[in-house]
Amino acid sequence: MTSAALGKDLLGLEELSRDQIELVLDTAEPFKEVSERAIKKVPTLRGKTIVNLFYEPSTRTRISFEFAEKRLSADTVNIASSGSSVEKGETLVDTARNLEAMRIDMVVMRHPSSGAAKFLAERIPSNVINGGDGWHEHPTQALLDLLTIRGALGKISGVNVCICGDILHSRVARSNIWGLLKLGAQVALCGPPSLMPSGIEDLGVKVFRRIEEAIEWADALNVLRLQLERMKAGFIPSLAEYNRIFGVTQGRLDRAKKDPLILHPGPINRGVEIDSRVADGPNSVILRQVTNGIAIRMAVLYLLAGGRPDSAELSKS
Amino acid sequence: MNPPENSLDILDAGEISRALERMAGEIGALAGGTDNVVLIGIQRRGVELAERLGGLIQTTRGPVPLGALDITLYRDDLQAIGPAPVVGETRIPMDLTDRFVVIVDDVLYTGRTVRAAMDELRDFGRPGRIALCVLIDRGGRELPIQADIVGHFVEVGSRDRVDVLIQEVDGVDSVRVVRGSGR
Repeated sequence: MTSAALGKDLLGLEELSRDQIELVLDTAEPFKEVSERAIKKVPTLRGKTIVNLFYEPSTRTRISFEFAEKRLSADTVNIASSGSSVEKGETLVDTARNLEAMRIDMVVMRHPSSGAAKFLAERIPSNVINGGDGWHEHPTQALLDLLTIRGALGKISGVNVCICGDILHSRVARSNIWGLLKLGAQVALCGPPSLMPSGIEDLGVKVFRRIEEAIEWADALNVLRLQLERMKAGFIPSLAEYNRIFGVTQGRLDRAKKDPLILHPGPINRGVEIDSRVADGPNSVILRQVTNGIAIRMAVLYLLAGGRPDSAELSKS
Repeated sequence: MNPPENSLDILDAGEISRALERMAGEIGALAGGTDNVVLIGIQRRGVELAERLGGLIQTTRGPVPLGALDITLYRDDLQAIGPAPVVGETRIPMDLTDRFVVIVDDVLYTGRTVRAAMDELRDFGRPGRIALCVLIDRGGRELPIQADIVGHFVEVGSRDRVDVLIQEVDGVDSVRVVRGSGR
């Protein structure tokens, strides 16, 4: 039990063990029930103060964390980079030290620089949760993807999961690769060569150049959002062409005679990386991912906040 | 499972079974019938004990709804213990408003678990009444809480532990006192 505990921070899935990942997934299961209650609130983190520090725009992740925090009765403060002292040039560490001086307990941070969460975690005593750092990791997104796959297919080990789209710039892809491999899934990637990191096969993943091959192979497709900025930067010629070559369309699913589970971290570009018929189809678990995201974040908050790791087994009362 | 050293079996399977039969009858008497009764077992072994009590009530008075309650998220000592304890399943079958709710647990000791259970039940409605039914009352309360229905009273010291073993979880029905192993 102690060996599986999470420690002070959640920075990425690369540094977590299989046991630790499974602990989060197993802990998330009972938290699903809390969100189904008429009174969606438990007193577990009463008196804890959590700061959501977002240096990049985010709607879904920030709201999901905020719901998770509030359903655990924590007090929360949201800080966005625009309109705060961050805009005046305050450094990350200065911001964090000022927050510490206000006696906070946890920080959830999204930051455009890879490694920012680790940098912060090493410098403040509060728990730090990485809400996405640059191209590096987005651990809670991968954990909720794992929970959703496990819930829908009954297992992760031995399942064929293909991550499709812009792998190069995707922290979601990176966290998913680590998590899936650790839990024994077969992992493949599919996307334009310009958006595929070179040498990625060394991690132990397959690479498909054609989406048709990926669809034939996969039990689950995790379709990433194509960030529209990528077109301006010249990684792809046009959105229409991306859809024509790499789009996950109903026609392609029909021709492959396969009905893989469809995941998407959102927000969806309908008609670009995925067609509406697929995104809204019977095998789509996209909205279940959103629901599971709250349970995963509640589990992470609970596990990081919980007790002193050195003390003895709890007594029976 | 071999009993640990310094342990003394105080109830066997037959005695547990007879205690549960009597307790099932007392639930019906206390509630004036079982039409409005909901049995809520506390994780872990209270859940199985509630199921057995439900089965016994069913044979004489008809089925009663069963639920399970994990009180971990309502503990008052989460910061003092660690690491974060495993959270079990909570399954409440219906809105509890105006119901006769019977909390079922294996051992009543400090009363803190029952305090947490009552706090949690409040989030599922406003029961007409909450009663407490335990297989073993070992004394040692730290809160003003008492049971309405008790299988057996056991006198033990504060350093002793009372283990309730049940078939569904432990492979055997037994209640044993383990001397000098408590907190």
